[in-house]
Parts: sequence; structure tokens; C-alpha cells
Amino acid sequence: MKTIVLFRMVPDIVEELEVASDGKSLDREYLRLMLADADNHALEQALIIKERHGGTITVLGEDEPGMEETLFSALCKGADRAIKLNSSPQAGTHARAHWISKGIRETPDLLPADLIITGAQAIDDLDGLLAPMLAQFLDLPFLGTITRLDVNPATGAGTALREFAGGVRGEYEIKVPVVIGVQAAEKPPRYVPVAKLRTIMKSRRLEAVQISDGPWIFPVSEIRSMMKPQETTQAEMLAGSPDEVAAKLAGALLAHGLM
Amino acid sequence: MAGEIWCLAEQWKGSLSDATFEALALGRELSDALQVQLQAVLLGHAQRAMADKVFGVDRVLYVDNPAFAAPSPEQSAAALATLVSERKPRAVLITLTNTTWEIGALLAAKLRITYANCCKDVRVENGQLMARCVLYGGKMEVDVGSAQECVVFGLLAGVRPAMLRAETDVTVEEVAVAVPEVSCRFKGYREAEAGDIDITKQDVLVCVGRGIQTKDNIELAEKLAETFGGAVCGTRPVIDQGWLPLSRQVGRSGCIVKPKLYVAVGVSGAPEHVEGMKGSGLIVAINTDTTAPIFHVAHYGIAADAVEILPAITEVMANRKAKACATPH
Repeated sequence: MKTIVLFRMVPDIVEELEVASDGKSLDREYLRLMLADADNHALEQALIIKERHGGTITVLGEDEPGMEETLFSALCKGADRAIKLNSSPQAGTHARAHWISKGIRETPDLLPADLIITGAQAIDDLDGLLAPMLAQFLDLPFLGTITRLDVNPATGAGTALREFAGGVRGEYEIKVPVVIGVQAAEKPPRYVPVAKLRTIMKSRRLEAVQISDGPWIFPVSEIRSMMKPQETTQAEMLAGSPDEVAAKLAGALLAHGLM
Repeated sequence: MAGEIWCLAEQWKGSLSDATFEALALGRELSDALQVQLQAVLLGHAQRAMADKVFGVDRVLYVDNPAFAAPSPEQSAAALATLVSERKPRAVLITLTNTTWEIGALLAAKLRITYANCCKDVRVENGQLMARCVLYGGKMEVDVGSAQECVVFGLLAGVRPAMLRAETDVTVEEVAVAVPEVSCRFKGYREAEAGDIDITKQDVLVCVGRGIQTKDNIELAEKLAETFGGAVCGTRPVIDQGWLPLSRQVGRSGCIVKPKLYVAVGVSGAPEHVEGMKGSGLIVAINTDTTAPIFHVAHYGIAADAVEILPAITEVMANRKAKACATPH
């Protein structure tokens, strides 16, 4: 079974985010990028399936800060092939989905693939979601919000659990090839020891694929302005030493009849 | 007719969702501003009676097909694409719940039209539709516009208070649309497994987010919860790490909770989490990041490392409780 896993780098929102001087985008000077959470789960789910049934995993991501290390990390975890695509000339998830679909088609020996898996969402999805849009551009079936996935390599048939509200899951029958949006893997994503990562960075090489640009026109959501949330409500902040804060909180809870 | 505001009426397990009526409330504002009709699209099977319950709209377009007996994003998007191509609405409003949230992206890619995701507001400015969208886990917002003739808007929960029920005559138009066969087929539901504790019935919840740092630190939250006679719950990343069982998850995919006291510990306040706890009586947030969106939802905030502050809070609460118990009444 051949599986492709797609990676995206997104801003680490533990860091302070600032608006750039154009007033429409993020200030990228000190921006730290990290692998999108759900993409990490997508890889984990692919690894679980490989451990069950064998097969190969190819990880693929656009050339962005931190992507190389992320791709090497995937090799450490058990991916077989890692490919870095040149970045899309247009911003946004809609354009990215189209760009990656071109990348998948233009990369040698990548298609046909059985499973194309990525995260169900990313925190910068302003104009779309990668998995369903990619499925449209590749003309493949799609199922998303998945928390469990298995495929019988002999028949190409499998089952997937889709997440609904209130802890309810829906069981779906699937058939490869299919594009899957993973919400969470069956198990927490595994970690890679730094020493192992360093070793593989010395011993393995990433493939680089240059996607041909072309005359393609996308519907553009024009960003007029970007801003930090200007909420009208703001918590009353309790400041001081831990003991002082605790005492203030106790007083507040008492005032609200909660003590 | 063309140029109407459409709203996908979300039905799941035989009921219309509350989010549908929030979206319709917004849709009514937009349709009034543009002086066009507000129409709901209901995709269902043997649910003609449900179409009569979609109040506050000028027309309901009801598509009956066995494919819509269970959630099928691909088939829903295909049917909508056919309808949009034929009737050319100005906008399609789609709620971002786990049942419907992928339909907008599929529709936009299918028709090569603009999609605006995570909208907390949509308004009319100089005749154009403008959306305020939430990005980066709620840490940034953007205003986006599109000159396209049709735009799809994905609406966050709470975009407007739900439209109030009104007894009005609804015009229901039954529409026949060809729905393609798909290979991803619904087999059945697996209901939520009962947990040791029902977090929807707790008066006090201490919710741990990624900021709790390690599984071992959850014990600190448990001690605080114990002091109040409450329980610990978690955000999606904590559940996905396997640190707490699925039955303890709060948010869009988990439980909607409304305790008297909700203490959010190391929780950033992403929209999908806030959706599940914003109805709590009193919200206290503890987070080192003073810009975390949770502080816009909380009544009281503490800018501190949860691991350092929780023991102090627990001790003070336990002492006060002990004194209260010792005081003769």
C-alpha cells in the first residue's frame, strides 16, 4: 500500500503574533513555524497502518522554514521517502491545495497512491481546507474529520471513524484511492530523539521537486486588514504573588457565591 | 431569481441544529441589507416535515435523496454545487459544525469560487459582502472581501443569537437534484462511551489545556477540582495526547458544558473550545500568555504558569473550605 502524507508549517501560537507593516499579513521576522498539529496526527495514523500491513509512506511538504527538519523527523519515525516541493507562488489553502495536487502529479513514482492523508485542518485555513480541496483537484474521493482508519491492502477496502459532536463517531466504509483528513490519530504522535534525528540528517537526503508554475487563476479572498482581536470583553486580571492571587480569587469566588 | 442569500440548514440525526438558526439570523440581516430573499437549503431524506420547521426564511429548497439520510459531505457538496450553478445565489452560509464544516471547502473547490473560513461576522459594505474571519487559534482576525458573484462563508458557532421561533408560513420548494454515488459510505453511528464522570453534570470543572505541559501535572488540576467537589476535563490536544479519556473533552467535538465555575488552566481559547464552555456561569482563566483569546471569554484572569499557581490556589481554597466547615452555624 502506498501512502502519501502532506505537511504544512504553521505559526507557533504560543509565541506572540504581530501584524506586519502592510496591515494585512503576519510579521514573519520573528515568526516560529511548527508542523500543523493535525498533520502530525496524519503521519502517526499512516505509521500505524504501515505497522499493521506494511507498505510505503512518502511525506511531502512545501519549502518553508522548519520543513526540512520536519521531513527528516518523519523519516526517523518510519516514513520511506521525503520530498520538498518549491512553495506555491500564491498564498492560501485554496491555492496550496491546487499547488500540491500539481506536485503530486509531477513527482516521479508517486502516483498511483492508495491513501493521501493530511490534517483535517490548520490554524491558517482562511480560504479552505486542504484535504477536501485536494481531493477535488485530484478527482479522488474524500473523507475527513477522521480519528481511526484502517485499510485491507488485499482488497483496498477499509473503515474510517469520523468524529461528530458529543463524542459520537460515524463509521464509514472507504475504498482506496482516497484522500483522508485526519483529526486525530488512534494514538498520540510518537516523538523522535534528537540524537536519532541528527543521525538521519547526516545519512539521508531529501528529494526536491520543482513544480512548474502555470497560468492558473484562483478565486481570491482579498485580505483588507489583519488585526489582533478587539474584543469588548476582557477578564479582570488578578495580579500578585501566587498567595496573593489565590486570596484574590477566593474573594472573587466568595462574592459570586461559589465558595 | 438570482442573488439570494442561501443558508444550508444543518440537520443531524433527525433534528435541525441550533447553529442553523444562528446562521439564519445573520442571513436575514444580509438579505435585508441587499434586499434579496433569504433561502434555506435542506438536504435530507424523508424529512419533508422538517422543511416546514425552518422558520424566518422566504423559501426553503428541499432536496430529498437517500444519500442525505446520514452525513455525506461529498454528496452534499455535489448537490449544492448543482443548485448554486443553476440558481446563482450571492452567498452560501454554512455552519462550521462537525457535520457540515467540510462542505464549504468542497463546494468552493468544485465551483472555483471564494470560500471564507471561520467567519465570526459577515456584513454588507458598499454593496459587497465582507467577512471577519478568525485565524491562528483566535490570535488574529482578518477582514476579507471578494468581488466574486458567489461566495461561500463558513460560520463559527455563535455568529448571531439564534433566530427566535416565529409562526410563519414557509414556502417549501421540493427540488430534484442528481446526487452522485460515492465510495465513502456511512455504515452507522458509534455512540459516545460513557465515562466515569459526566462532565456535563458537574457544577465545577477544571479544564486543562496544552499549557499544563505534562500528563503528571494534571494531578495539580485534579487536586483543585477535588477541593470544589468538581471534576477535571480537557481540551482537544490534551485528549489527543491520551492524557484524559475522550469522555472528558470539552468543545465542538466533545461536550458542551455549562458549570457554575469553569477554571481554564493553560487553555488558549481556540474558537472550537470556547464553543463548548462559553455558557459557564463564572470563568477563570490561568495562562502565561496574556494575549491568549481565553482572556476575552473569562471573567477573571491570572497571567501565570499553571504549574506554579495551582498549588497556591488549591491550598487557599482548601483552607477556606476547612475554616467554613469548622465555623459553627
